[in-house]
Amino acid sequence: MSEHAAVAKLKGKFPDSVLDVVEFRGETTMIVKKEDIVAICSFMKKDLGYNFLCDLCGVDYLGKSPRFMVVYNIYNITTKDRLRLKVPVEEADARVDTVSGVWGTANWHERECWDLMGISFNNHPDLRRILMADDWVGHPLRKDYPLQGPGREPYKGRYK
Amino acid sequence: MGVDKTLGNNVVTTSLDKLVNWSRSRSLWPLTFGLACCAIEMMATGAARFDLDRFGVIFRASPRQSDCIVIAGTVTKKMLPVIKTVYEQMPEPKYVIAMGACACSGGIFDTYSVVQGIDEALPVDVYIPGCPPRPEGLLYGILKLQEKIMKERNSFGATIGIGERICQA
Repeated sequence: MSEHAAVAKLKGKFPDSVLDVVEFRGETTMIVKKEDIVAICSFMKKDLGYNFLCDLCGVDYLGKSPRFMVVYNIYNITTKDRLRLKVPVEEADARVDTVSGVWGTANWHERECWDLMGISFNNHPDLRRILMADDWVGHPLRKDYPLQGPGREPYKGRYK
Repeated sequence: MGVDKTLGNNVVTTSLDKLVNWSRSRSLWPLTFGLACCAIEMMATGAARFDLDRFGVIFRASPRQSDCIVIAGTVTKKMLPVIKTVYEQMPEPKYVIAMGACACSGGIFDTYSVVQGIDEALPVDVYIPGCPPRPEGLLYGILKLQEKIMKERNSFGATIGIGERICQA
């Protein structure tokens, strides 16, 4: 399959920011630098017409460096075209600039990402927990969070 | 000719406890409160086919008017304070039915966010197993609760402020 049309445009506009481009089964993923994510997202929306943020989520690659990725699944409603942006995030500096100014829906998605993954978003208008209780401690979707919760003995199988 | 006279000019003797227990157990008003898929079965039990009304069970929309609460579904830790508040708003005497595996023990959700059985927080009178229990199961549980209420002692005395209500386990 030929290269996605948006890839060349984005590379032309931000030549130093695109770290990698992955094509798999017709899906294009671009890994970009997290410092430029707001500029890239504004460009994707205003100039390339990706007017819908389908999903924004965090991924925990425990044991690898950088540990986290923030994934932006974006969609162009006019041309029915999908694209995926990924941003590597270090554990020591788990902060990304918010894109809630670009797509309003990112507000709640970023709150979810903060709540469950512990990735913080700079300049977010309302960064609170969204799924867990307000007084919850920890970020339960991280791979090193115990499944049964920190206060309980982990399940070791039925016959042990 | 059948029964032409039911009681007539007679006297029925019973204990006040029995009278109170009878009226309480035959007008169990549960709180309209559903948590998960068990609530669908609870609604089905209340609807025409199984018809909870014939047992005097009428769902009330306010805890102030309710006698019992059916914990119908998975109780998350986030929901637990809400359930506790609602339970505290119910007037005495009040009963708790744990409906389904999740309310009894946490069920399949052996995870950080789920309360492992509502009996960690509320005093449960009847446990109904099943995932979810069929309406017959809920009916059976309600009948068991009625039996339990009928066995209470000093229920009249406790109402007028003499002693405590004695419930059997």
